[in-house]
Amino acid sequence: MKARVHVMLKTGVLDPQGEAVRHALSALGFDGVQGVRQGKVIELNLATTDKAAAEVEVKEMCEKLLANTVIESYQIELS
Amino acid sequence: MRAAVIQFPGSNCDRDMAVALQAAGADVSMVWHKNTDLPDGLDFVAIPGGFSFGDYLRVGAIAAHSPICQSVVAFANHGGYVFGVCNGFQVLTETGLLPGALLRNAGLKYICKHVELNVETTQSAYTSAYKIGQTITIPIAHHDGNYNLDDKDAQALFDQGRVAFTYADNPNGSVRSIAGVLSENHRVLGMMPHPER
Repeated sequence: MKARVHVMLKTGVLDPQGEAVRHALSALGFDGVQGVRQGKVIELNLATTDKAAAEVEVKEMCEKLLANTVIESYQIELS
Repeated sequence: MRAAVIQFPGSNCDRDMAVALQAAGADVSMVWHKNTDLPDGLDFVAIPGGFSFGDYLRVGAIAAHSPICQSVVAFANHGGYVFGVCNGFQVLTETGLLPGALLRNAGLKYICKHVELNVETTQSAYTSAYKIGQTITIPIAHHDGNYNLDDKDAQALFDQGRVAFTYADNPNGSVRSIAGVLSENHRVLGMMPHPER
């Protein structure tokens, strides 16, 4: 089973990298971009085939390591 | 004083830290991150600057989960003195020993220069020889020194005398210009500037 974890800075936490990307897009003539937030995607290959168990385990991974919940939020996709 | 300096792959201020602690009269041992135990009879643990584990995932995140860090957390929880500089500060926030998190500098640039700091409290072993409001000049060298904490919690740190230093001229976007933070018992200090240099 595969898990895909999306980690983003929480709303309200300034994302200077996203801002830099927005400026670069604007310099390229993409004037309609009102905001950019940059995050990361982490793909996990899991041994288990039990979706419920995987969800519990990946959530624990996010809380302990993959995201810093002081500043980041995460979403888990299982397939 | 018996001190230990923790070494991670990618630490690069570990020897500076050891030299500075020795100059202050400490008996210093270097401790590799794979060790599970700190030396016996320690008074002080220093987590040096650098790029532990290549800053992979997040600055300080992998180091914070290394075997030695569990002992460092236990040492702090038993009243031990723990001092983190630069990457060491980032590691301490990731372990949860200090609040908040360090983000990319607001201006996105790596900054390496001397900065002026205001001393905000003298109620710690680290700052008791200073006077409140005194200005000291210390170098910074970081890309991820933008201290982040919500306003209410940042105010609480000031109210509790847990802000050790602020920047006179905020170089990196840190909330309330905070440059160094103390734990509740004022024995754990994390700061981005490098006093050991």
